[in-house]
Amino acid sequence: MADMQTTTKSKMSARGVNVFYGEKQAIKDVSIDVDVDDVTAFIGPSGCGKSTFLRTLNRMNDTVASARVEGEITLDGENIYAPSMDVVQLRARVGMVFQKPNPFPKSIYENVAYGPRIHGLAASKAELDEIVEKSLRRAGLWEEVKDRLGDSGTALSGGQQQRLCIGRAIAVEPEVILMDEPCSALDPIATAKIEELILDLRGNYAIVIVTHNMQQAARVSQRTAFFHLGRLVEQGPTTEIFTNPREERTKDYITGRYG
Amino acid sequence: MTGVMIVFVVIGLAAIGWIVARARATRLQVEVGRLATNSRPTQHGWYVALWTAIPALVFLAIWANVMPGLIYETVLSETAAQQLPADDFSRGAILSEARAIASGAQNGAFNPLATAFVEPFREATSRYSAVGAVLAAILAVAGGAYAFSRVKPDFTARNRVERVVMWALLLASLIAIVTTAGIVASLLFESIRFFSMVNPIDFLFGLKWSPQSAAMGYGNDDAFGAVPLFWGTIFIGAIIAMIVAIPLGLMSAVYLTQYARPETRKWMKPMLEILAGVPTVVYGYFAALTVAPALRSFAATVGIPGASSESALAAGLVMGIMIIPFVSSMADDSIAAVPQAMRDGSLAMGATASETIRKVLIPAALPGVVGGVLLAVSRAIGETMIVVMAAGLAANLTLNPFASVTTVTTQMVQLLTGDQEFDSAKTLAAFALGLVLFVVTLLLNIVALRVVKKYREAYE
Repeated sequence: MADMQTTTKSKMSARGVNVFYGEKQAIKDVSIDVDVDDVTAFIGPSGCGKSTFLRTLNRMNDTVASARVEGEITLDGENIYAPSMDVVQLRARVGMVFQKPNPFPKSIYENVAYGPRIHGLAASKAELDEIVEKSLRRAGLWEEVKDRLGDSGTALSGGQQQRLCIGRAIAVEPEVILMDEPCSALDPIATAKIEELILDLRGNYAIVIVTHNMQQAARVSQRTAFFHLGRLVEQGPTTEIFTNPREERTKDYITGRYG
Repeated sequence: MTGVMIVFVVIGLAAIGWIVARARATRLQVEVGRLATNSRPTQHGWYVALWTAIPALVFLAIWANVMPGLIYETVLSETAAQQLPADDFSRGAILSEARAIASGAQNGAFNPLATAFVEPFREATSRYSAVGAVLAAILAVAGGAYAFSRVKPDFTARNRVERVVMWALLLASLIAIVTTAGIVASLLFESIRFFSMVNPIDFLFGLKWSPQSAAMGYGNDDAFGAVPLFWGTIFIGAIIAMIVAIPLGLMSAVYLTQYARPETRKWMKPMLEILAGVPTVVYGYFAALTVAPALRSFAATVGIPGASSESALAAGLVMGIMIIPFVSSMADDSIAAVPQAMRDGSLAMGATASETIRKVLIPAALPGVVGGVLLAVSRAIGETMIVVMAAGLAANLTLNPFASVTTVTTQMVQLLTGDQEFDSAKTLAAFALGLVLFVVTLLLNIVALRVVKKYREAYE
């Protein structure tokens, strides 16, 4: 893969990553860079390992007892699987939004305040209020919920819940945001809002999004990586991948021959 | 004897009906083709068997109740009946004696008048038994024949048999409900009798409990103040036991769901649940023989006044241990039911495992935990054996956990064991206490189940 440049812009980079679930190898020798100014999309058919790989980037696979990761993944040049890396710190720097909206069964305010509170980001109630407002504004939810911050987060619509989860992730000021098929449980209108939000957030955070929807990848990302059967088949600028893929398999997939 | 035999005869007839009807239905099915018949041969068999057995058995049940009356009347129509005394009481005594001799339960007659009636009793009994048996047999055969005549390819035997089964199932479920209603009614009636002797206000709010003095004739007025018992019950069951059971149960649930490796959980959870299967009398032993003396000597060493060999603390501690599995298994279920996504969401924010447990999992599981605790409280205040053995009988109104207190259940046991006359306030007080206990545990259970149900709905 000629595209494997290590530029100074790379926020995260992976080199020769293998992931095993027990005996089964889910990810085979993946190397990729995530740039700070870009939205990077992982595409590929179901079961290709794109979500698994995403979860190695903030070590969420640690919660799966049988999972084992080989190779090197760095955040700002620091190996995140090194013994000296604190996984709690890592996850505060690399936030995550899940496939299904998962607000806590607390109020909207408390959902957003959760992260800042545990990380001690606010010295006073006023500061916390400010963080909550700022995060909800960035998540594009403030206008809709500002009069009912005390309502339960689970009472919102699916799309609002997902934006709440994005706001919750933003509130701890992460450097990278990982999104695991954030729109797959949402209707088209809610999806459009999330996509708009991703475009707004671009530049402030390095964003990695896993998606099934190729139009979505084309709309929101600047770089795209195509996974198939646990391997990274091809990566490059999104326009190039979609208009002029080098690999036959990539071409077959994006033209809808399988997937 | 003949009664049991005729029941067997009826069942035998039903079995024959079943076999014959099934055979006929099988033949019909072969003739017209399987798809043209409504019911399977077995269902025709059951239809005939039910028609044979049910009317006959219902008749026998009614007959068994009617027969004694008929026998009495026949015996009284004898000429010898003229000599019987006129008052019902002595007449009844003589007749019962004659009946006992006739059935062989008694050998000689105490009252010579009775001997004259032995033979008539014997005769009448065998006559009416025979009549009943014959009538039952006729009913069985008639019912079976009627049902058999209806065995046709298009006859809906299945639907009819299933309707009978449905009624049988309904009856089965009603028995439990009716029994409960009967228990409540008996509690209620005896309690009403009690409250006609003792003012309910004095009972519910009185501070002095000494039913013995009332029994000895000092009057009922201020002997039945149940507050010391209520306090003892709450002190042991709802306070001391819960101080032990809630933290230990909750912490073991957190360990088992969040930290234990699957292999550890596999043997540890059943071990914990075995605690719930230990007979409470064993806990009582442990409380009375091991814990209570240890606590007393501890209290004596430290110099706590009022320490007794039967203490609220001993009973409460052991009861708390007994209750742990209730709390932990409810808490375990509730925590395990919190979706993994919730846990992942918190961990992905950079929360530590303990922050995730304290701030997300336990709050989310709280209603389930509360429900479990309420069920545990209702179980604890109704618990009897431990407190009978370890809590004592003195109705003290005290805050000292080393002192002896008594509970509602202990006093009920005390009031109802031994010879009792059922018209004294002392005995009836047990029913009033039982009623209070019943109402309180019922309310606790209702609230607990509602809370748990609401919680389940939140994640489904």
